[in-house]
Amino acid sequence: MTNGESQNKLSKQAQATTHDASVKKTVKKLMLIVFGMFGFGFALVPLYDVFCDITGLNGKTSNVAASYNVKSIDTERTITVQFLTRTAKGIPWKFEPMVNEVEVHPGERKTVIFYAKNESTSDIVGQAVPSVSPGRAAVYFQKIECFCFNSQPLKASEDVEMGLQFYVDLDIPDDVSTITLSYTLYDITSSVDS
Amino acid sequence: MTTDVIDDQSEHDSHDGEHHDHKMTGIKRWLYTTNHKDIGSMYLWFSFIMFLTGGAMALVIRAELFQPGLQIIEPDFFNQMTTVHGLIMVFGAIMPAFTGLANWMLPMMVGAPDMALPRLNNWSFWILPFAFAILLSSFFMESGAPNFGWTFYAPLSTTYSNGSTAFFVFAVHIMGISSIMGAINIVVTIMNMRAPGMTYMKMPLFVWTFFITAYLLIAVMPVLAGTVTMVLTDTYFGTSFFDAAGGGDPVMFQHIFWFFGHPEVYIMILPAFGIVSTTIPAFSRKPLFGYSSMVYATASIAFLSFIVWAHHMFTTGMPLFGELFFMYCTMLIAVPTGVKVFNWAATMWRGSLSFETPMLFSIAFVILFTIGGFSGLMLAMTPADFQYHDTYFVVAHFHYVLVTGALFSIFAGAYYWLPKWTGYMYNDTLSKWHFWCSLISVNLLFFPMHFLGLAGMPRRIPDYALQFADFNKWVSIGGFAFGISQLIFLVLVIKCIRGGEKAPMKPWDGAEGLEWTVPSPAPYHTFTTPPKID
Ligand code: HEM
Ligand SMILES: [Cu+2]
Repeated sequence: MTNGESQNKLSKQAQATTHDASVKKTVKKLMLIVFGMFGFGFALVPLYDVFCDITGLNGKTSNVAASYNVKSIDTERTITVQFLTRTAKGIPWKFEPMVNEVEVHPGERKTVIFYAKNESTSDIVGQAVPSVSPGRAAVYFQKIECFCFNSQPLKASEDVEMGLQFYVDLDIPDDVSTITLSYTLYDITSSVDS
Repeated sequence: MTTDVIDDQSEHDSHDGEHHDHKMTGIKRWLYTTNHKDIGSMYLWFSFIMFLTGGAMALVIRAELFQPGLQIIEPDFFNQMTTVHGLIMVFGAIMPAFTGLANWMLPMMVGAPDMALPRLNNWSFWILPFAFAILLSSFFMESGAPNFGWTFYAPLSTTYSNGSTAFFVFAVHIMGISSIMGAINIVVTIMNMRAPGMTYMKMPLFVWTFFITAYLLIAVMPVLAGTVTMVLTDTYFGTSFFDAAGGGDPVMFQHIFWFFGHPEVYIMILPAFGIVSTTIPAFSRKPLFGYSSMVYATASIAFLSFIVWAHHMFTTGMPLFGELFFMYCTMLIAVPTGVKVFNWAATMWRGSLSFETPMLFSIAFVILFTIGGFSGLMLAMTPADFQYHDTYFVVAHFHYVLVTGALFSIFAGAYYWLPKWTGYMYNDTLSKWHFWCSLISVNLLFFPMHFLGLAGMPRRIPDYALQFADFNKWVSIGGFAFGISQLIFLVLVIKCIRGGEKAPMKPWDGAEGLEWTVPSPAPYHTFTTPPKID
């Protein structure tokens, strides 16, 4: 073998090692993207919640009690607040509002009562999940006290009256004259037990 | 002296590799192979078997829908059929077919001896059959196979699952891992193994589209893995990602799923763009019109695909701003897509066209894919989508883009490179039969679905109102005809492997590219010394 040829082979060998190194580097970078995107999929969950909390999209209302420190009441405007209830599949409870709708002025504090009765022969823990429509009214609907902040255990045949205290923000958009608050009641006994 | 040692070493290494590949016989050759051509062939065969399996399920669906009323199967089994048909066609037929084409052609097109990571390549193929075995085995469970749609919306796949969710989730995990490994291999090969002188802007467009698709896969398959994981834990381990009772939100499922799902549909069409951008110039005997605009159009489609996902969710009660944002972004995608269609037409304009079978499939692709694009635009208009959503109009739309789009491009590619793969010319008459039978039956199958959808027939139902009976009868006839036509292709391929007229190095006189500079059939090892590109 001539010197030139072996020189050639040598440099080829060197090329092969730098090649391997750059392959490794690219693979590492791509793996980072893969793990990053796997994490991102999960990060979408809190991101989505934060996004909905801030914007009130999707009719999500806050899960924490609002404090009532409103200075004035806007008696010029009246808003109709309607109440809907439904029970999710598989929970044998009676669940209904005592009044179907109330009229409030923005800033005014109101209390309404909901009635629930466990009509089965076993003890069940229920959880009501609220939703407001139109969705963009959700951030203006402030709950000072709500049975939906906690779960509600009921023994067989037991019943309960549950309170909701709320007000509507003064800066609710002018074109909103009716707000519908809907509660869905779920059976969460199994997840409370475990 | 030292140089000699190194020399021996390297000589020894490469020989060892070759011996390895050549010595193996029978099943072991296929189990242990790290050769990109072997792996490419296995991917293509696997995808064809899955195509026939998923197709058989589609025929069960069409048989039931031949007449109104319930004749043949139970509604629950009907749902299992639509679900598994969708999953198999997306993850088992279209995606592996593209990976198979990538394996076969990419190394040859960039002048590399093999894929960059051959062992990984072997793994990415061999885990696939297990994924589908797991998915299909759920048919033999008491509760049956997944019945919640290929989109597995929560709470259908969680609270109301029939017990097959675990099978589904593990199968999807394995498919995802396989695709991610395949995609990494493609990116690494393209970035590191190009022949000297082949700059990025000199790569064939086929290589570009696979490059960008691989990035899309790497970006969104992990999100799918995350989604199915959340479904798994919601179903079996008491988490509440998508369960309102526990503070979760089922609408969030749709956001996360479609964040994967929309890029996924482009994963299935960008490689198709690459294939017809190879075949159309070859049979027009003109270079591709607007090469660089094609590259940029592909990249911008890939980018836009990340910000349009909620066009699948217009009816979930999004606020007006969201509806408008996703509507306009979706319509924006039509611009780069239009650039592509324009460029294909311009490539054919005043070319000396000839109509060999790959070209027939490519021309059909351009026209029929465009019809699918138009129905997509109709669906992108929010107010109209309230009417069309979840009807057969959507079914018509995505079958035009996926069957006459993605699948037809795969046929175009297969007919184009089959002589290179087998070393024989295929039977031309048979291929023409395959084309014309497929073309006529596919339109009989999918075109009336537009009318059914506009008239209000919902998708995913085993029974329907009487006024839809006539169209459904024709659709079913089209479906069976299309299914049978594909057997022509099977026969043709087997005959072509067995023998026939010897294929020359370059059977198409207008064809360009490095793959035509090696003999037919392509030798087991090609470009062990890289070619020089200028
Ligand atoms: C011009 C381009 C396109 C536009 C504007 C478009 C638009 C849309 C819209 C708005 C929907 C939702 C319809 C509904 O559910 O109400 C949809 C569904 C769908 N599109 Fe497209 N699309 C385009 C191209 C494609 C391509 C290229 C593919 C795949 C290769 C594709 C595959 C699908 C699939 C699979 C669905 C249905 C998903 C499901 O619900 O199961 N689309 N498209
Ligand atoms: Cu989409």
